[in-house]
Amino acid sequence: MNTPTPTKNTTGQEAPTFHGSSLELRNLTMAYGDIEVLRNVSLTVAPGTTTCIIGPSGSGKSTLLRGINRLHEPKSGDVLLAGDTILGTNPDTLRTRIGMVFQHFNLFPDHTAEENVALALWAVKGMPKAQAMAKARQRLAEVGLAERADHRPRDLSGGQQQRVAIARALAMEPEVMLFDEATSALDPELVKGVLNLMAGLGRRGMTMLVVTHEMGFARRVADQVVFMDEGEVVEAGTPTQLFDNPRSERLQRFLSEVL
Amino acid sequence: MDWFNTIIRTFFDFGAMAEVLPQLLAVGLLNTLIISVAATVLGTVLGMVVAVMGISPSKWLRVPARIYTDLFRGLPAILTILLIGQGFARLSQSIFGPSPYPLGIIALSLIASAYIGEIFRAGILSVDKGQGEACRALSMSYAKSMALVVVPQGVRRVLPALVNQFIAIIKDSSLVYFLGLLVSERELFRVGQDAAVLSGNLSPLVAAGVFYLVITVPLTHLVNHIDNKFRTGRRRPAPPTSGLKEVKDLEAASPLTAGSNT
Repeated sequence: MNTPTPTKNTTGQEAPTFHGSSLELRNLTMAYGDIEVLRNVSLTVAPGTTTCIIGPSGSGKSTLLRGINRLHEPKSGDVLLAGDTILGTNPDTLRTRIGMVFQHFNLFPDHTAEENVALALWAVKGMPKAQAMAKARQRLAEVGLAERADHRPRDLSGGQQQRVAIARALAMEPEVMLFDEATSALDPELVKGVLNLMAGLGRRGMTMLVVTHEMGFARRVADQVVFMDEGEVVEAGTPTQLFDNPRSERLQRFLSEVL
Repeated sequence: MDWFNTIIRTFFDFGAMAEVLPQLLAVGLLNTLIISVAATVLGTVLGMVVAVMGISPSKWLRVPARIYTDLFRGLPAILTILLIGQGFARLSQSIFGPSPYPLGIIALSLIASAYIGEIFRAGILSVDKGQGEACRALSMSYAKSMALVVVPQGVRRVLPALVNQFIAIIKDSSLVYFLGLLVSERELFRVGQDAAVLSGNLSPLVAAGVFYLVITVPLTHLVNHIDNKFRTGRRRPAPPTSGLKEVKDLEAASPLTAGSNT
């Protein structure tokens, strides 16, 4: 159900559409040892929508994302993907449905761009290698990197590396994409390109949860903005509600610092 | 110049050297290479097992690996070789026959694997945590992410240290003579030693030493070569390009961003 269907667009190249699933967090609590870093977070993300999570450092934003694909196991509460709980399933199976993009790209340095994208396709999905490589090149073309498919990460700029990372996650045909400060490590002139790419995914139906410090992006692209602080959701709503009419004192202070 | 002649006669008697040369080549060098290569292969395989056990999330694998490493790294090589070579002589006889040669190789492998395991472990642990996380996020299992991504990167990083360990194995292979080898099984040191005793002159031992150097010195230079190659990286040389050009190229080429309103 997640096979992107190619559609012709203005550039004449094929761009996929996605079929994102819904995501719901119910009283999610996460802890490192005895220290609770996330307390009773509840959140609903409708299929094909983009939710931006903002907040100061140490607010538990990244931990929240890591709970959703269980890179860190939640302590209590529940996560529902397309209506079903994910906590009982095998994490490895679950993660085929959830793509993640990291702040520092985490590309495999000894693999070329196309090998980076193809690796999980043959190693996890059991696709024949030639087919995996062909699909990898197709995904790379979609993010504008057809020309650089044979480059290793060190021969790519930060922006290009993050595009490879996005292509790598998309190749697994996820129902939800998680972005953990995906543009925080980029040179300033390359930020917008990656954000536009992310916005493009959202417009084409991907369900996205985006931890970001880019307030302009949150305001422009998000269907829902969530402000977190000290492990709790302080305020959630539409971008207009949060940015133009913040109710809580903490969000007002945060916005006055970042805007 | 009397002392000079004495030194020449004691260490560099070319006649004595020439006499032992055929044996050094045909018996000594051959056996040293067989013992070293076999112990290196076995030690590397075992070392990888010990390393992967040593970083396992399960303490049932971690603790035995730790004890194994402490044991074989902490004991003098000669003691381990004697204990294994003589202690298991009976068992070995029923499997390999009367020669202590295989037991010597096994003892050397066990010692080497403790060191190699630590080298691998350090290398694997030095790989950025994000690599494993990226694998897991792509739904690869722990085993697959280690085997396909993390371990190869870790091993590449420790190649110089690994080659140093191979050199140590070559030198330690001389200790196997303690187990009492057949004439045809003698390695370089033993051949040199026997000839030295027979001729009452140290020159055959010096010749044996030269053979060790012929093997080990090129290896140390190989280390430096590997180190340089991997350290300086393989970045393609390219003229400076503006980030702005990249922005333009990517925007034009990427269908996913087309139609963007910014």
